[in-house]
Amino acid sequence: MTRAHLPAFGRRALLLGLGASIALPGVRLAFAQAPGPARLVVVLLRGGLDGLYAVQPYAELNFAELRGPLALPEPSHEDGLLDLGGRFGLHPRLSGIHAMFRENQALILHAVAGPWRTRSHFDAQDLLESGADQRLASGWLNRALTALPQTAAGRAAGLAVGTTTPLLLRGGVRVDNYMPRGVAEVPPDLMARILDLNARDQALGLVLRDGIEARGYVLETLGEAARQRPSPGGQFAMLAKAAGQLMAAPQGPSVAAFELGGWDTHAQQLARLNAPLAQMDEGLVALKQALGDVWRRTAVLVVTEFGRTARVNGTLGTDHGTGGAAFVLGGAVQGGRMLGDWPGLAPANLFQNRDLWPTTDMRSLAKGLLRDHLRLGMAAVDAAFPGSGEAAPLGGLVRG
Amino acid sequence: MRREPFIAAIRFGHGRRPWEPLPADPRAGLLAELENTATRRLTEAELPDLAAIGAMNREDSESMRQGQGRPHQARLMRAEISAALAETLTSAAPFRERLVQFWANHFTVARGKVPYFAGHFVREAIRPHVTGRFSDMLLAVVRHPAMIGYLDNQGSIGPSSRAAQARPRGLNENLAREILELHTLTPAAGYTQADVTSFAKILTGWSIATVNPPFGFVFRAAAHEPGAQSLMGQEFPEGEQGGIATLAWLAEHEATQWHLARKLAAHFVADTPPPEAVAALFAVLRDTRGDLGAVARRLVTLDATWKPPLTKLRAPMDYVLAVLRALEAPAQIAEGLINTSQFLGQPVWNARAPNGWPDQMADWAAPEAIVRRVEWAYGQAGRGAGRDATALAEAVMGPLIQPQTLRAASRAGSAREALTLVLTSPEFQRR
Repeated sequence: MTRAHLPAFGRRALLLGLGASIALPGVRLAFAQAPGPARLVVVLLRGGLDGLYAVQPYAELNFAELRGPLALPEPSHEDGLLDLGGRFGLHPRLSGIHAMFRENQALILHAVAGPWRTRSHFDAQDLLESGADQRLASGWLNRALTALPQTAAGRAAGLAVGTTTPLLLRGGVRVDNYMPRGVAEVPPDLMARILDLNARDQALGLVLRDGIEARGYVLETLGEAARQRPSPGGQFAMLAKAAGQLMAAPQGPSVAAFELGGWDTHAQQLARLNAPLAQMDEGLVALKQALGDVWRRTAVLVVTEFGRTARVNGTLGTDHGTGGAAFVLGGAVQGGRMLGDWPGLAPANLFQNRDLWPTTDMRSLAKGLLRDHLRLGMAAVDAAFPGSGEAAPLGGLVRG
Repeated sequence: MRREPFIAAIRFGHGRRPWEPLPADPRAGLLAELENTATRRLTEAELPDLAAIGAMNREDSESMRQGQGRPHQARLMRAEISAALAETLTSAAPFRERLVQFWANHFTVARGKVPYFAGHFVREAIRPHVTGRFSDMLLAVVRHPAMIGYLDNQGSIGPSSRAAQARPRGLNENLAREILELHTLTPAAGYTQADVTSFAKILTGWSIATVNPPFGFVFRAAAHEPGAQSLMGQEFPEGEQGGIATLAWLAEHEATQWHLARKLAAHFVADTPPPEAVAALFAVLRDTRGDLGAVARRLVTLDATWKPPLTKLRAPMDYVLAVLRALEAPAQIAEGLINTSQFLGQPVWNARAPNGWPDQMADWAAPEAIVRRVEWAYGQAGRGAGRDATALAEAVMGPLIQPQTLRAASRAGSAREALTLVLTSPEFQRR
């Protein structure tokens, strides 16, 4: 099926009434004046968020049939979706994002995908972070930093929050790396001494040893520099808070990235997505709170490597798919809107008769933020996303 | 150095703060705490009453109808949890605080299901009764919106009631079953499905008004099953008084008293407590007709509670509170503990099922959980930088700290590492 006949981006959304922004008296704040440099946060959801689950097209014909028990009660029902203007609803665990939407600080996009069509997590993540059609040694966010002024006092303009720096932020420009207290990795030699002390407690010693092994610490190499570390998971809100606090500082970094896993829900998705969704929501609210006034000049881009299958599978989960959801949040964002050209869920409209058809190129989204939020020139934007001519920057994401 | 002052703080409370004076008579100190009425309620924090919560609930519902979320809900929950944990962190009556947690866990409700009421429930149905009568606590619990909502009793309709004539609906036996099984008798008492059904009928009409006056418990006569009911051979009259009489009877049933005695002994003595300890606690409950203050005093005078080694594994939040007390963390840290409790697998007031958090070593000593505990402790140990870890260990653990731990701490490369070794030592993880 050809996509050429579909209306231009955004127009159809408007026709569907998705553009309606909801404003409560008294909650709309003044954002016009936001002095100081813009802040951009990129949150990577590793594992493939099921966009059709997080942002449900509840009014869509076929939706309930495709999704079975994964179609949650409509808004205003008990444990129902949080309404996004009459056709789409957010998962109830995303109440913080919903509040931002109500305050016109959240854009929610559907049917988003990168230019890749691989359903491999690792390939797709590499391409998402590289910002190119092949894996590069640097990430698009690092390349974008080359065009930004370094902050005073020699501090890096980029910050990776977590124990490692994701490919997204690796590259020629030095970035800071920070792990907040309380989620610190225990140095292997200290872990070895802790294990040693616990060895005389038969029960605790054994479970600790098992836990360390399961974590990928290799007991034989404890004490050596080599080490591995799981993804932060439940500590997401702490990471987000730390990122916000650091970015709120006058000389704080302009750009930060961190990540959250737990999205690869092939089975029992109803139960298993509650925690990651709640973590994501709490984290983003924590980020907003930690940023304080700086939130007004912040945009947060939340993306995942791909969406998931449109149909529920035989184990009440979903498998790797294509089009998914993305979020742009922040005080700088022209929010309160659903964006994207909704492809529909009729069988003929599904990509390979299985996935949500992607209609928005994720690069357009990122490029729009680089151009209009970080105010990079087009040459710098194109350098961040080489060979992305077909994906023009999306305008109108942030307040002018 | 004597062990008793340390055991008093560790086993009966949430561990020592280093600067606290050691009580000359720790038993007398604990008994005095039980008389300390000043800490019976959460007075410092400005937390809402049921009418104010009802207003929040109503505004949130209105906001939901407009598709705009529930602005009050998360804020209320954060305030409730922060206030409760801050109280435990800084309390002058830590034994009372442990009793509050014990009874709140005995009468578990989950904030996931009753977000507006979980905090109020602990403040008003549990906290004032921890040294009062069990029957009073039981009645306060079963009439509280949190418990009625958590166990679905507001939708339970007597099959022969007037409400059922208008619209045929049925009994919901969830609350009745859990009261019998978890809160009072236990299945060992030998009740049958017919008893559960009878009790569910007795409790029909026990409902709540959450967003309108009178805010809280209401007896809805129209939904109440007419006629007297028989529960385990006892006759109870119809009406609200029948339910009250049933709860009073259950509260003083010997099976209930044995159940409570076993649970208390398992919590304060050992995962498998000596039968004499259970019997001693049971005798107090029987002789005092369920005086929880008297049974708490008996815990203090029981020899078994003072015998080392301390073999109970600190549950995640016990551990967190003990570490933070040892490090003299400020009360404001409580707000961040919601996430910590989640990370360590014991989200505050959100147990997975009505039977509450488990209380046995085997339930908590899971590999990932213990590694997370170590990681969290290492993070917190940064807070104690500059401290002498061995001095801190002796101040909070006294003779209970093991020489190997002190040796390891004294050889550590930094104060943070030394503190981590103390806080993750097996003796610190136990109570």
